[in-house]
Amino acid sequence: MEGVGSACLAVALLTALYAVAASIYGGRTRRRAWISSGRRAMYCVAALSVTAFALLESAFLRSDFSYALVAEGSSRDTPTFYKVTAVWATQDGSLLLWVTLLSIFSTTVLFLTRRSLRDITPWATAVLGCIAAFFLLLMVGWENPFDTLAVPPPDGAGLNPLLRHPAMMIHPPMLYTGYVGFSIPFAFAIGALIARRTGADWIRATRRFALIAWTFLGTGIMLGALWSYTELGWGGYWAWDPVENASVMPWLVGTAFLHSIMVQEKRGMLKVWNVSLICATFTLALMGTFLVRSGILESIHAFGASTIGVQFLVFIGLVIAVSAGLIIARLPYLRSEARLDSLLSREAFFLLNNLVLVGLCLVILWGTFFPLISEAITGTEASVGPPWFNRLVTPLALVLVLLTAIGPMLAWRRFSPSSLRRILTVPLAVVAVVLVVLLALTNAADSPPSLAMFCLVAFVLAAVGQELWRGTVARRTVSGESWPRALARLTGRNRRRYGGFLVHAGIAVLFLGVAASSAFLDQRDVRLSPGESFEVNGYDVTYREATAKLGGDSAGTGAPISFGAVLDVRKNGKHFVLRPSRNYYASSDPSLGTISRFFEGEATSEVDVRWGLTRDFWLAVRPDIGSLEQPIREADAKFADSPGDVQALIIASLAERYRSDPPPAAFRAIASPLVVWIWIGGGIAVLGALVAAWPSPEARLRRVRSLYSARVGQELSRA
Amino acid sequence: MEYALALLVLAALVAAVVWLPLRRRGEEERHEETMLAELSAAKEAKYREIRDAELDHRMGKLSRDDWRSVDRDLRAEAIEILRQLDRIEGRTPDGGMDR
Repeated sequence: MEGVGSACLAVALLTALYAVAASIYGGRTRRRAWISSGRRAMYCVAALSVTAFALLESAFLRSDFSYALVAEGSSRDTPTFYKVTAVWATQDGSLLLWVTLLSIFSTTVLFLTRRSLRDITPWATAVLGCIAAFFLLLMVGWENPFDTLAVPPPDGAGLNPLLRHPAMMIHPPMLYTGYVGFSIPFAFAIGALIARRTGADWIRATRRFALIAWTFLGTGIMLGALWSYTELGWGGYWAWDPVENASVMPWLVGTAFLHSIMVQEKRGMLKVWNVSLICATFTLALMGTFLVRSGILESIHAFGASTIGVQFLVFIGLVIAVSAGLIIARLPYLRSEARLDSLLSREAFFLLNNLVLVGLCLVILWGTFFPLISEAITGTEASVGPPWFNRLVTPLALVLVLLTAIGPMLAWRRFSPSSLRRILTVPLAVVAVVLVVLLALTNAADSPPSLAMFCLVAFVLAAVGQELWRGTVARRTVSGESWPRALARLTGRNRRRYGGFLVHAGIAVLFLGVAASSAFLDQRDVRLSPGESFEVNGYDVTYREATAKLGGDSAGTGAPISFGAVLDVRKNGKHFVLRPSRNYYASSDPSLGTISRFFEGEATSEVDVRWGLTRDFWLAVRPDIGSLEQPIREADAKFADSPGDVQALIIASLAERYRSDPPPAAFRAIASPLVVWIWIGGGIAVLGALVAAWPSPEARLRRVRSLYSARVGQELSRA
Repeated sequence: MEYALALLVLAALVAAVVWLPLRRRGEEERHEETMLAELSAAKEAKYREIRDAELDHRMGKLSRDDWRSVDRDLRAEAIEILRQLDRIEGRTPDGGMDR
C-alpha cells in the first residue's frame, strides 16, 4: 500500500496547488464556479490527507517494517497504544499529522463560510492551500513517510523510550492542533487584507477557531509540563527549554489576539494591531513546529536532526514578508473608527494587557534565540538560564495577573473613578484578608514575588466572584428566578463573557500553583541502601527494598528491564508506599554484547508521585547497576551464541542478583506545595474556553435579527 | 505500477469533484440571476407596502395598533427576503458593509 500512500500525497499536493490557482482566479474575476471549485479542491486535500494518515497508522499497527518510518519508530514489542501514537513521534509522520489537521480545519471553516464572506473566502482558501501545499511538498520532495526499505528488518528500533508516556503522546497532537488552528484566522486575515474588507467580519467568522486553537495549544503545553514533571526525572515541570518556549510564544500572542479582537468588534479599533498579532501568532506557530525538529537549539525535547530546516526558514521568511507587505499596503483601510475615550476603560486595559503579553513573548524570544544571536555576534555560543527568564518574566506575570483582575470589571469606553472605587472595594478587602492570613500563618513572606502573586490571585478570584454575584443579583431583580437558575441563565446567555471569566480564574489558579511550587519546594538528593532512611519537609522516607522486573514495567511502556525501589513514607502518623523505578530499553547497537545491550540502551525514570491538594511528594530513583558490569561482561562472552530463552534466563538471574543484593541507589525527593493546582487551574481555563467557544444560536439569532431590522430601517429611510 | 495506478485513479476522482461546479456554472449562474431579480423586486414591493401602511396610518385609515401589527409583519417579511438575498450573494447580515 506504500504506492497508494505516496500517490495520496502527490495528488494532494497537486490538488492544493489547484485550490490556490482556482481560488485566486475566482477571487479576481468574482466567478463563483471557480471559487467553489477551489473550495472543493481543499475538501479533496482533506480526504487524501486523512487516507494517507490512515494508511500510515495501519502500517504502524501491523508492524510493517518494509516502511522505513515504521522500522525507525516502532517495534514488535511496542505496546499497541504507543504504536498508534508513534506515527507523530517521527518527523515525517508529524508533518503528515500537521497537514491532515490543517486540511480538516480548512474544510470545516470553508464549509461553514461557503455562503458568506464571498469577497474574503477565495483568498483565505488560497492561503490555506499554500500552507497545505508547503507541508505536502516537504513530504513529497524530502520526507516521504511512505518510503520503503529494500530489505525490511525483522524488528524495528522501537519508539524513543522518553516518549512512552500517555501525556507525551497526546501532547504533540494537542500542540499541532493549536498551531494549525491559528492558520485559520491567519488565512482569513490575509484574505480580508487582499479583499480590502478589513472590518470585523473575518474576526467573527474565525474567532471560534482561534479560541479552539488557543485551548488546544494551552492543553498541549500543560500536558508537556505534566510529562516533564513525571517522566524526565529532574522534578520540575518547566525548564525554559527552547522547545517549551517555542510552544508558549504563539500561545501568549494568541492570548493577546483573543483580547484585542474584542476591541475591534466593539469599537472598530486596533485593526493594524489585530492583523499583526495573528500574523505573528501563525509565524510563531510555524517556528514552534520547526524548532522541535530542526535541532538548531539544544533541547531535551528535540528528537532528531531535521533535513528540512532550510525549507522551513524560507517559508517562515515568506510568511513574514507577505504579511508585512500586505499590512503596509492596506494601512489606509486599517484606520481605527474610534479613538480611545479614556484610559480608565476596558479597551485601554485590554491594550495594556496586550503590551504585557507581547512583552513576555519578546523576552522569551530573546532568551530562546540568545545562543544563536551570541554565536553570530561573538562567535561563542552562550545561553541564558532559568534565573534570567524568571527575573524578567516574574514582574511581567504579576502585572498580567493584576490586569486580568481589573480589565473585565471595567466598562467599555469610560469608567468613572467613583465606580472604580465601588467595584474594587470587595476584591481589595479579600486581598487584605488573604495577606494578613498568609503573613500570620505561613512563611509566604520569605518570597515577596510569591506573596504578591498569592494576593493577586485572590484579587482575580474575588473580582470574578463579584462579577458573577452582581450579574446574578441583577438578573434575579428582573426575572425573579431562583439563585441557581439565575446564575445558569446568566452564564448561558453570555457564554463568551462568563467563559472568559472562568478562563481568568483558571489562569489565576495556575499561577498560584507556579508561585507556591517554585518558591517553597523542598528537595533532597540522597544515596541509600535498603533499610536506611532520610527526612525531607517532615516526611520520613525509608528505603524498604529493591525491585527488578522483566518485561512488565509498572507504566506499561514495554521496557524489557525495570529496576526500582519500594519506599515507606511517613508524615504526621500517616503512611504510604512509593515505588519509583528506572526502565532499561535494549540497544540496537551491534557493537554491544548480546546481554549487555539490554542494560546499555536508553533508560528512563518512572517517578512515583503522591499527589495532594496541599502538597505533592515526588520521588525518583537512579539504581546503581555498576555492580552488574562484571557479570554482564562475562555473560556476553559465555552466552553470545546461546538461544534466546537461555539469554532470557541469564538476564533474569542478573536482575535477581540486583534485587537480592542491591548496591546503594540514588534518590531525589521533592515536597512541592500546591503544584497540582497548576493542572487544576489549566483544566478550569480549558473548561472556560470551551464555555466561551460553545455556539450560542440564541445570541447569534438576536444579533442577526437586530442587524436585519436596522438594515430595513436604513434602506426605507434612504428611499 | 501500484503508485502509477493509484495516482491515476485518485487524480481522476479529484478532477471529477473539482470539475463539477465548473460544469454546472452556466446553469446555476442563470438560475441565481433570475432568483436575484425576483427577490430584488419582492424587496422593493415589500418596502412599498411598508411605506403605504405608514401613509394609511398618517391619513387616519389605520389605527395605531393596527398599523403597528401590520408594520411588524411586513418588516418580518422584508427581513426574510433580505436573508434570501444575502444567502445568494454571500453577504453578512449587515449587508457586507465594513464598519
